[in-house]
Amino acid sequence: MFEILENEILAPQLHRLVVRAPRVAAARQAGQFVIVRAAAGEERIPLTIGDADPVAGTITLFVQAVGYSTGRIVAIPAGGALRDVAGPLGVPTHIGQWGRVACVGGGVGTAVLYPLAKALAAAGNEVVTLIGGRAAPYIILRDELAVFSQELVITTEDGSLGRQGFVTAPLAEMIADPARRPGAVFAVGPVPMMKAVAALTRPAGIETVVSLNPVMIDGTGMCGGCRVVVDGEAKFACVDGPEFDGHRVDFDTLSDRLATYREMEAAHRCRLAGKEAA
Amino acid sequence: MTAPLSVKEQLAIPRVKMAELDPELRRAGFAEVNRGLRLEEALREAQRCIQCKSRPCVQGCPVEVAIPEFIGALAENDLPGAAAILRRDNALPAVCGRVCPQESQCEAQCVRGIKGEAVAIGYLERFVADWALEHGERSPVDANSSSAGRAVAVVGCGPAGLTAAGELARKGHQVTIFEALHDTGGVLRYGIPEFRLPKTIIDAEVAELQALGVRIECNVIVGKTLTLEQLRAEYDAVFVANGAGLPMMLDIPGENFKGVYSANEYLTRVNLMGAGRDSAATTPIVIGRHVAVIGGGNTAMDCVRTARRLGAERAMIIYRRSEAEMPARLEEIKHAKEEGVEFLMLTAPLAIGEDGKGWVASLRCQRMELGAPDASGRCRPVAVAGAFFDLPVDVVINAIGTRANPLLTASAPELGLTRWGNILSDEQGATNLTGVYAGGDIVRGGATVILAMGDGKRAAAAIDDYLASP
Ligand SMILES: Cc1cc2nc3c(=O)[nH]c(=O)nc-3n(C[C@H](O)[C@H](O)[C@H](O)COP(=O)(O)OP(=O)(O)OC[C@H]3O[C@@H](n4cnc5c(N)ncnc54)[C@H](O)[C@@H]3O)c2cc1C
Ligand SMILES: Cc1cc2nc3c(=O)[nH]c(=O)nc-3n(C[C@H](O)[C@H](O)[C@H](O)COP(=O)(O)OP(=O)(O)OC[C@H]3O[C@@H](n4cnc5c(N)ncnc54)[C@H](O)[C@@H]3O)c2cc1C
Ligand code: SF4
Ligand code: SF4
Ligand code: FES
Ligand SMILES: [Mg+2]
Repeated sequence: MFEILENEILAPQLHRLVVRAPRVAAARQAGQFVIVRAAAGEERIPLTIGDADPVAGTITLFVQAVGYSTGRIVAIPAGGALRDVAGPLGVPTHIGQWGRVACVGGGVGTAVLYPLAKALAAAGNEVVTLIGGRAAPYIILRDELAVFSQELVITTEDGSLGRQGFVTAPLAEMIADPARRPGAVFAVGPVPMMKAVAALTRPAGIETVVSLNPVMIDGTGMCGGCRVVVDGEAKFACVDGPEFDGHRVDFDTLSDRLATYREMEAAHRCRLAGKEAA
Repeated sequence: MTAPLSVKEQLAIPRVKMAELDPELRRAGFAEVNRGLRLEEALREAQRCIQCKSRPCVQGCPVEVAIPEFIGALAENDLPGAAAILRRDNALPAVCGRVCPQESQCEAQCVRGIKGEAVAIGYLERFVADWALEHGERSPVDANSSSAGRAVAVVGCGPAGLTAAGELARKGHQVTIFEALHDTGGVLRYGIPEFRLPKTIIDAEVAELQALGVRIECNVIVGKTLTLEQLRAEYDAVFVANGAGLPMMLDIPGENFKGVYSANEYLTRVNLMGAGRDSAATTPIVIGRHVAVIGGGNTAMDCVRTARRLGAERAMIIYRRSEAEMPARLEEIKHAKEEGVEFLMLTAPLAIGEDGKGWVASLRCQRMELGAPDASGRCRPVAVAGAFFDLPVDVVINAIGTRANPLLTASAPELGLTRWGNILSDEQGATNLTGVYAGGDIVRGGATVILAMGDGKRAAAAIDDYLASP
């Protein structure tokens, strides 16, 4: 059992959990994730390790309750426990020196982005952070990101905070301006966002790293369910990724495969709603 | 006690038939198909063994179970005696009695098979082992080990790891098993379905190990959570048995359509996570109406029989050679047929087609014929020019095999590997690193439960010797 020490609501449906997992905290590097099961019988759910404190033996998870299993995870109050936490999994982010780096986050992807951006800044990169969301309440980790970001640009689809529109607009401006042009771009968010970012940076020849989120089970390379197509070849995101060269990823196959269980997931969400109502 | 039979009378006894669940009832769930022998049946079958002096059957068993001796004890209705003999050579007899390919191992060598049918060694092994589990017979602790009380880490909780842990604990060592998944058993739990191997048997075996003092820590991925280096620093010896768990891809067009699974993913969803069969399970699975399983081994049989139980109207095996070449156990093939599985032999997959929305809709197949035998002695399948056909299917399962999972070995570059990524070890399981031993599928590639257990046992003996040496 892995004790939950803190469970804080950051935004609608978005929780920050601090979990006691000393071995994971000690081994973890930026870009890695854990597989979590709330309780016996539940799904195995991949979640990025947002932060870690090896001394306290804790890790921080940012969990967006999008469906049944993430809903079960965030419903456990501080003092409760997760049945299983396994990791750290995946290849750590390659933290290079690019000079200026644009870190682009969308939705809960911003939480996944946070540890990367932090590590990039710590390595001496000038980090420009661009985060987007549906509306003001969905913009998360602003203050945390501002601590190490040279510049922080916010966009919302409804214009309720920052610029109206998508993050790709300010990114396009950055690329067009020789004085602000980034040496590398890190993009984490919904698949269409990552695809759009890669489309922007490809003609400009800017190295672009994306963090992919296919459906996973074991997270150890055993099942092949998390396969993504990179350069025409099948890669297992849990062991070969989750970060890949955005210019080589087949995003359409990824979004299509992510839809595999959509109907069944909707049925599970109803069941969760039923439980809450009861 | 009945009077001993004459050899003539022994030879006249026909081989026992095991009671099986009715094929119609099987489709309703995952109940075990083989129902086990009754005591009278087991006693009678034991009398078929003529106690050969040369013990050919023993040569056929990879761990050299003392077959005539345990059967002899059983024939005298000495069940505790039979169980004790069995346990000396085989740590998981209730498992092996169910899943060993007996027809190509122990039973293949039985002299009674020359003129008739071999003694049903597997059934008898299962009978004695189940009796022992039911009657709480504990394995003896060997107090004679010279090196007792050292700490040993075991990586992987499959048959190889479980066996090594049990042997080492009986010798008095403090053993900790580190397992990547959230539960024990390895392939025994996530791969082999309950209709062949009930999970209660694995639970009982694991409980026995725990009673011996073995600690099991799940959710620890060696190479990620802890490194092999850390284990070497903290433990006096390490046994690596992390299995072969990296699915090979078909490498045909359409492999990423929705509804294409590797056997590992399909079986893990159903067996480990309860998808499709446990109404409380929250892990989803695509239930196919027409399911094609590619491959001819035990894994393929497990997938196709599972698909049938989950409700497939057509569940098909697609295999590029003929039935005679299929590596699956004969019993699985027989059971699959009884359950209505279709066998499309001499058929190779060429491409997977979709329905316009990314879901599997068809499997394009190539007809094959058998050509000249290849290096392995099996006839090589060759394509029949122009002979294609399209099979309407909505789920395709790839059961062509697995390779060594590089997760652990990639993080331990100093560990010697074969060019296929399997760990190099000697007969005793010793690797090139002092105090590090390895066995099971990570050394052999996909093999069998009993070979993995044999490795665990030999390595445990070698580790005990190593720990005793000054
Ligand atoms: C490497 C990686 C890191 C991730 N990090 C985070 C994170 O830090 N915070 C966060 O909130 N989310 C993260 N996710 C996404 C998160 O795993 C999914 O939102 C979650 O699994 C949804 O499960 P559910 O039952 O709540 O929702 P469901 O309603 O069952 O599914 C909603 C959608 O989530 C996706 N999904 C479903 N099951 C899985 C699964 N087993 N694995 C992956 N995706 C799935 C599918 O696109 C699905 O349509 C990450 C995913 C990956 C692969
Ligand atoms: C579907 C299927 C059916 C089969 N049917 C039969 C049969 O009928 N008869 C037969 O004899 N054989 C059968 N086999 C083969 C047999 O199951 C294997 O040969 C045997 O399980 C190998 O045992 P093992 O202990 O080496 O590895 P495994 O059983 O694979 O166990 C390895 C364990 O190590 C864990 N692990 C992996 N990596 C790590 C890591 N880095 N850190 C910690 N833990 C890790 C895994 O999660 C797993 O639990 C079948 C195999 C499959 C897949
Ligand atoms: S362990 Fe397997 S091969 Fe050996 S005697 Fe038992 S059933 Fe036969
Ligand atoms: S070969 Fe057959 S008959 Fe002879 S001892 Fe072995 S099991 Fe008995
Ligand atoms: S999640 Fe199973 S191989 Fe990646
Ligand atoms: Mg779900």
